[in-house]
Amino acid sequence: MAKRIDISGLSAYYSAFKAIDDISMTIEPGSVTAFIGPSGCGKSTFLRTLNRMHEVTPGGRVEGKVLLDDENLYGSGVDPVTVRRTVGMVFQRPNPFPTMSIFDNVAAGLKLNGVRKKNELNDIVERSLKGANLWNEVKDRLNKPGSGLSGGQQQRLCIARAIAVEPQVLLMDEPCSALDPISTLAIEDLIGELKSRYTIVIVTHNMQQAARVSDRTAFFNLAAVGQPGKLIEIDDTERIFSNPSVQATEDYISGRFG
Amino acid sequence: MTTTAPPATRPEPHRAAKTVSRPGDRIFAGLARGSGILLLVVMAAIAVFLTVRAAHAISKDHGNFLTTFEWTPSLNPPVFGIAVLAYGTVVSSIIAMAIAVPIAIGIALFITHYAPRRLGGPIAYVIDLLAAVPSIVYGLWGALFLVPHLRGVNLWLDHYFGWTYIFHKEDPNSAARSLFTVGILLAIMILPIITNVSREVINQVPKMHEEAALALGATRWEVIRLSVLPFARSGIISASMLGLGRALGETMAVATVLSASPTLSGHLLDPVGGTFSQNIVAKFGEADDFGRDALIASGLVLFLITLLVNGAARIIIQRRKEYSGANA
Ligand SMILES: Nc1ncnc2c1ncn2[C@@H]1O[C@H](COP(=O)(O)OP(=O)(O)OP(=O)(O)O)[C@@H](O)[C@H]1O
Ligand SMILES: [Mg+2]
Repeated sequence: MAKRIDISGLSAYYSAFKAIDDISMTIEPGSVTAFIGPSGCGKSTFLRTLNRMHEVTPGGRVEGKVLLDDENLYGSGVDPVTVRRTVGMVFQRPNPFPTMSIFDNVAAGLKLNGVRKKNELNDIVERSLKGANLWNEVKDRLNKPGSGLSGGQQQRLCIARAIAVEPQVLLMDEPCSALDPISTLAIEDLIGELKSRYTIVIVTHNMQQAARVSDRTAFFNLAAVGQPGKLIEIDDTERIFSNPSVQATEDYISGRFG
Repeated sequence: MTTTAPPATRPEPHRAAKTVSRPGDRIFAGLARGSGILLLVVMAAIAVFLTVRAAHAISKDHGNFLTTFEWTPSLNPPVFGIAVLAYGTVVSSIIAMAIAVPIAIGIALFITHYAPRRLGGPIAYVIDLLAAVPSIVYGLWGALFLVPHLRGVNLWLDHYFGWTYIFHKEDPNSAARSLFTVGILLAIMILPIITNVSREVINQVPKMHEEAALALGATRWEVIRLSVLPFARSGIISASMLGLGRALGETMAVATVLSASPTLSGHLLDPVGGTFSQNIVAKFGEADDFGRDALIASGLVLFLITLLVNGAARIIIQRRKEYSGANA
């Protein structure tokens, strides 16, 4: 299921503004990769280029290559809709469909994929909610609106919705930034369980979180405001947090940034 | 943390409740309250005036006010009823809504989600302009252009769809001065307002809801179906109600197009019928005091219908409030 992501020479623009510059890296299948770096360095932008969500923004434009196993996501004739069905995404702010029930939220992606049989939907919804550690809390109110859940529950609902369609890659943009420590731990545990089946990329501002959940860590930085963000280094998480090869990384991690 | 605070620092309850009152606040509060009361008094005065005069007319009516077709309050004894008017008003508005609402939603979605930015702006602007055209101009256009040009359409409808009963035309050669033509004209008139309000509502759908659908691999239409329409639904209903309000009350455009007669026909293409406001403009000039009271009574019924329609819309909007995006 999980796939390797091979990025080479990737730059992304907002109209004329270059937000990230010439990024190349390889993300191993079935691993968790954390993106860290100061605010505005382009972590979200980069993440959104990996499922072609960047071009949804007016003026958004991408140069370079992203290979998913061997298929270039930006190759001619590749349909972004298909890409997004294989590369799932969880956003910083929980965004369940407010008008849908909990069940329909999880089933939404399946229905897009043409799954119609009631018992098949039931099975997958239950499995996904269990996978997102939410089943016990919602199993008695699957028909209640998803917007009636707490923030942490909503975020896990969004994770359930994303994994219901069995993507090969799961992108998470600061998934815990709006959550309390207990929900955060629940989601971190969840990431640990999910990584056997998905390639996971997570953006986080929380160093401990990066250290806890990820196998590899990438540090991004920008020279100055208005300059494009760059990949400074990517390495095993252990090394990044103990003995990074670039001084700027060590400064950032130890809080001596800026 | 200590569990006992020194008593002196504890705020006294009655002091906490009292707020400092500033002159600006007092003046504004007085103004606001005053205008609110004035509005209620004026409304009540209008309501009493209308109700008294309407009740006077209805009490003298020798026909059944609800079921009589004719409008002849000048006869002795007076006979008048709203059957034809209510039927014409409701039917022409239904036709108008059936045509205008889907097209308006389509245009609003096109402007917001399909048209390139450079095209969407100008289209929205042109539609804004359409909303500013006075209704008498629509009326003239309807009488001089729409009526003659719909003649062929009427023949065609009668020929191929006459079997549906509603598209059967008693006299195929009569002019297209029917409730059907009125409905089409009203649809064109209410299209801009429904389009513009819908477009604004659709523009307000939060980006994050649309991205939620996009990230699942939704196509453009699926994004609209999953995120945009559910979120914009109550706004679109409100927009439609605005349009319906205008259609129900429209006067000049109907009066110039419809060939009014006290006949109630289930065939929409027959050049007969009337509407409340069309009847009022047509009869008001020559009516005596009693005739005017009778017209006021009909106006009151129109008001009740509008009220009912708005109430129904409100119920529809409320019913699924739990699911509305407002709290997300
Ligand atoms: N929609 C947009 N239009 C124009 N510029 C944008 C847009 N979104 C982001 N940017 C710019 O792109 C750069 C990178 O932004 P991005 O959101 O990727 O940063 P980030 O690393 O995710 O920051 P944070 O940690 O605060 O989330 C910033 O300079 C930002 O101002
Ligand atoms: Mg970000």
